[in-house]
Parts: sequence; C-alpha cells; structure tokens
Amino acid sequence: MTQQSADRPTTLAGGRQGPPEPELGPVAALAGAGPYFGDFGGRFVPEALIEALDELDAEYGKAKADPAFADELSALHRTYTGRPSIITEVPRFAQHCGGVRVLLKREDLNHTGSHKINNVLGQALLTRRLGKKRVIAETGAGQHGVATATAAALFDLECVIYMGEEDTRRQALNVARMRLLGAEVVPVTTGSRTLKDAINEALRDWVTNVQTTNYVFGTVGGPHPFPAMVRDLQRIIGVEARAQVLDLVGRLPDAVTACVGGGSNAIGIFHAFLDDPSVRLLGLEAGGDGVETGRHAATITGGAPGVLHGARSFLLQDEDGQTVESHSISAGLDYPGVGPEHAWLASIGRAEYRPVTDAEAMEAFRLLCRTEGIIPAIESAHALAGTMRLGREMAEAGHPDAVILVNLSGRGDKDVETAARYFDLLDEGAPQ
Amino acid sequence: MTDDQLTSDRTTSGPVTSRTAQRLDELRAEGRAALVGYLPVGFPDVEGSIAAATAMVEAGVDVVELGVPYSDPVMDGLVIQHAVEHALAGGVRVRDTLRVVEAVAATGAPVLVMTYWNPVVRYGAEAFARDIAAAGGAGLITPDLIPDEAGDWLAASDAHGLDRVFLVAPSSTPERLALTARSSRGFVYAASTMGVTGTRATVGADAARLVRDTRAAGADHVCVGLGVSTGAQAAEVAAYADGVIVGSAFVRALADAPGREEGLDALRGVVGELAAGVRSVTR
Repeated sequence: MTQQSADRPTTLAGGRQGPPEPELGPVAALAGAGPYFGDFGGRFVPEALIEALDELDAEYGKAKADPAFADELSALHRTYTGRPSIITEVPRFAQHCGGVRVLLKREDLNHTGSHKINNVLGQALLTRRLGKKRVIAETGAGQHGVATATAAALFDLECVIYMGEEDTRRQALNVARMRLLGAEVVPVTTGSRTLKDAINEALRDWVTNVQTTNYVFGTVGGPHPFPAMVRDLQRIIGVEARAQVLDLVGRLPDAVTACVGGGSNAIGIFHAFLDDPSVRLLGLEAGGDGVETGRHAATITGGAPGVLHGARSFLLQDEDGQTVESHSISAGLDYPGVGPEHAWLASIGRAEYRPVTDAEAMEAFRLLCRTEGIIPAIESAHALAGTMRLGREMAEAGHPDAVILVNLSGRGDKDVETAARYFDLLDEGAPQ
Repeated sequence: MTDDQLTSDRTTSGPVTSRTAQRLDELRAEGRAALVGYLPVGFPDVEGSIAAATAMVEAGVDVVELGVPYSDPVMDGLVIQHAVEHALAGGVRVRDTLRVVEAVAATGAPVLVMTYWNPVVRYGAEAFARDIAAAGGAGLITPDLIPDEAGDWLAASDAHGLDRVFLVAPSSTPERLALTARSSRGFVYAASTMGVTGTRATVGADAARLVRDTRAAGADHVCVGLGVSTGAQAAEVAAYADGVIVGSAFVRALADAPGREEGLDALRGVVGELAAGVRSVTR
C-alpha cells in the first residue's frame, strides 16, 4: 500500500473534508497491497485473466498516486453517497447488550442503502480510466448489483449483473431495481444457483469479454488486486468512524463488530483499528441453522483453507475439495468463501470470528426495529446479535462502561418481505 | 501450502522424460498432429467414463484428457458444466479418477488429468502426484493454476516424473508466454480464443499466432483447445499445432444420445471425424 504522506491530508480514504488519514501502523502495513496476506490471497485464475488483472493493478496503482482520483472520489462521496455517514448511539438497544455503550456506524444511510457504494464508485472511476465501456458484477442479495447498476447509470456504462436464479427469486425487488437503473440482470441457472455460481458466470463473461469489460468485484475476495483494492475503497468506513468515536467518546472503542460474508464491510471498518491493540475486532459470520448442523455460511469458523474464485482463503468444502453450499437467512452472507485478509487476520489472532445463527440475527433485527426505529439489513443484524453477546460478556467481565462500535452495513428495506414472513406479520389473504 | 512434505527418495536426479511429449514427437515423425480428447470422470458414471475414454482411444484419440469433476468449473461452458454436475450428483469422488486413469492408461495412450486446483490442494499436491503417477497417469492440466502460484506442483511433478500442462491465452504477454513455456512439460495448452470451453463455428484466428508466439517463447510442443468440434476445424488447427484438443463435442455426443450404447456409437463417430481431420494434414 502506498504510504500516505503526512503533508497531504487529502487521501483516497479520507477526502478533503474527511479526517486526515493516520500513518499506517505495523499490522496495517503488513496487510499491505497484496497479492498475499500471509499464506492467503494470490491469483488462482485462468491465464486469460492475468493481463486484465495486471492492467487493473497497474491502473489502480497510478490512481492511488494521483490526487485527482482521490479528489473525484471524495467529491462523489460527499455529494452523491452522502458521506461521511453518521454515528448513532443506541441506548435502548444497548440495554440488551449488558448495558455497555453501543454506537452504530450508519452505512445504511448511504445512497443505495449499504456500504457497497463506497467500492463501486471507486471501481467505476477506474473503469473510466481504463477506457472500458462495459462493467459486469455478481450479486447475492442484490445490494452490490444495485450499487454497480447505480454507478453504471451515473458513469454511462453498459452493465450486466449475474445473479443466481435462487437469489433473483429471494430478492425480486432488487432485480427490478437494477433493471430500472438500466442494467441487464442475468439469472444464473447452474450449480447451486446462488452467489458462488453468479461469480463463476461473471468470471466466464470476463474471460470472454475482457478487452471491453471491467469486472466490478463486490467484496474483498477474488484474485489480486481485488482484495486489497476493495479493502482500500472500503477503508473510509473505519477512518471516519475512528475519528467520530474519538470525538464523541473521547477515546477509542473497546470493540468493533461487523458481519462477514465476503467481508468487505468488516475489513472496511476494521482496517483503521488494526494498530490499536486495545480495540477488539469481532467479525460475525452467518451461522444459519447452527454450525453444528452443517447448514451455515460460517467460513472461518467451519471451513478449511483452500482455493475458490481466485484466492487462497478459508472456504466451505467437502473432503474432496468440492465447494459446499452455504445456508443463511441473509442472502448477502450466503457465500462459502471469505476474503483472504480475514483469513490472515484470523490466523494471526488480530481479529476473531464467531458464528451467529439465523434465529439470533432475527432477534437482533427485531430488537433494533423496536428499540431504536432502525430497520437493519439482515446481514447487519448478525453484527448486532454478536454485539449483544459481546456486550453481555464485557459487562459480566467487569467492563459495563465498554464502548462497542458496530458497522450497520445496510438497511433492511430489501428484507421486509423476508422478515414479514419470518415474524408472520402478513395478514391472511394479503397479496403475495 | 500443502500438508505433504516432499520425500527426498522420490526426487529424480535427472530431467524428467515426458511421456506426452514423446508421443507428440512420434506423431510428428509420422507427419501429423495429435488428437487430444477430453472426457469428465464419472460421466455418465465411473464405469461409463472408462468405457467412453477407451472407445475414444480406439476411435483415434492419441492423448486422453480426463477431467476431475469440480463444483466450480470457471473455464468450462455449459456442455461440460452439465456433464460435471451430473457426475457430481451421481456421487463421483476425486479418488475415482485414479481408477479411471489406470483403466484408460492400459490402452497405451498417455493419460493427462485435467483438474481445477482446489481438489488437488485438498488431496495434497504431493499425494495427488504420487497417486496419479502410481495409476499410470502422465501428468496434469491445470486450467486455474498459473506457474506463478504453482510452487508445490512444480516440486511434486518433478518428484514423480509427471507432465504439467499450463495454459496460455491470446492475451498472454511475451513474458508470460516465456514463463509458461519454461514451466510446462508435455505441451503448452493454447486457448484458441478468449473464452470458455464449448463448440464454436470458427476457431479463433488468434490461435495460429498464439502457437507461433508460444513456440518463439521456448515451447517445444503446443496444442490448441477451445471451440474445435468438426473435422474441418481439426484439419485447420493440425496444420500449425502439435495437437488438437477436443472436449465439448465429445461430451455432447455422449450426453445427447438416448442410451449408453448409442452414446458410445455417437462418440466413436465424432472422434472418427476429428481423427480423420487431424490425419488429413501432413506436417
């Protein structure tokens, strides 16, 4: 990673009106710019993609060193995304967290409803710099697809979104949203018909159309440079939040929590705290029906090292190395892999990862709605459930004054139907 | 990266002789290119894949490529994806590959195993190389492993005397062609076009240039795959490449037939057409 010079506070992550970015500490510096994070990462892809990955890596290197890129991204975030996103303290919800203080970083208030926009605007700017006119993306819940379709409309790019057929059914509203924005949505009917198969199909498209097309990857996974690049583009979450918490509380939080599917919102908020050893970093994976049932998406908790979608990381696999289908009530976490930097952070013990079941997540979802008037994404509800448990543990361990910062990565509009069915809120005879 | 340590007693001291390259050289001496035929292990079932690969050799395939079924085959088009899904749904295991390799190697044709990388990571690169060699396999074709990431496999393939076929693509730079040529043994697999496996109306015009450039980068043997399905296409490619690789057209012959015997007959027919195409050109 390019070291940000102290005399140039205008940075990729912070932007002119954002807080100055701190110098990288030893852990963050070690995390580096890829391709490897310890034993993880790399490029396990067909040779046909290497030139495009090299081209993207080189262009991203130039963009990082170009103040105009940072300025333009920063201006977009200010005037389009709605950054900086605010911090909301949630005392009524915190009563269910052992009484510790709970602060939400409100990525749900971003344009398009989640943190995904942070990444796609950066990658759309890069697409323009590469002179390419077409973007493709995979999507699970549809949030990354919607964000990519949004950026494509804004930048006048042709846009094709691959989405597992199963997910197009679960998230029909987001399919319509992408189409309204002018994107073509291609339902993927092979394999398990979910996010992993959408990535396979997007990779096949990219291999075929790489000269005209940029692949806007949605998370901190995939082949280098995606894990480091998407991390850099999401890093703004933690950079803002760290300064905001210092301002509000007068000290650093005791813990930072985030949900982890591929892991982009988590890495985004964790990264600014990597070199604050007093700050616990807790990633919450989708435990589905419970890790012990085998029906889950808790990759670090229940998976093993291997290679999937271009990177060496943890993944859910059987004894033959076949990818095992993941299960989660949250489409955005329903992925059998995880970004390689998380695998590394877990391996060095800098971050811990725990599973949260569907039932625990939905209880936290309900609680935040009722106590604070905020409907979270079901993905983010996993972080809230993990926070409830962590807060109680901290209070019991004699730290009732602890401060937990939660990344509320997305809003729950897209999940209303799922939640209504889960809590049986639909009147009989109501239109389906 | 893998769990298995190299055992020093297995390390060969001299350079490894490639069985596949030997076969290509013999055919070159006969004045023709090779027909390399792909079929997935376990399609329609394990016994069926042995019968089909054997029939393929009898009908004129010179080098056999056996695919290890994998849940996420990103370099494959729909025909092979569906066959592999069928094989996995039927319960095929990675270790079944060894049995099929052994049976097909008995025909005398070099047998290469085409595998995505994670099944090998899981098995252990060293253990996989040991077992493939013991079954009589000639080596591996690795569509999602580039030489840059292949440290374990380079060591294991040297230790067990196996070929290692890496791919080049029309987008490969001269530096990458040189790296791939240097790292490969047996032949270099030239992807005729930017894309995935599947039959195409025309073989990319890029293919001839890519073969020329790959040879210039140091490769002794270059075979061309992706999109070849007719005798005319095979003849066209055989004029400039050491081998013509055909997969989807063979899989489709099996998949579209109403029954097993009909499938083998259809397969023999397509192989015969492709083999005639390859043999129609003198090099």
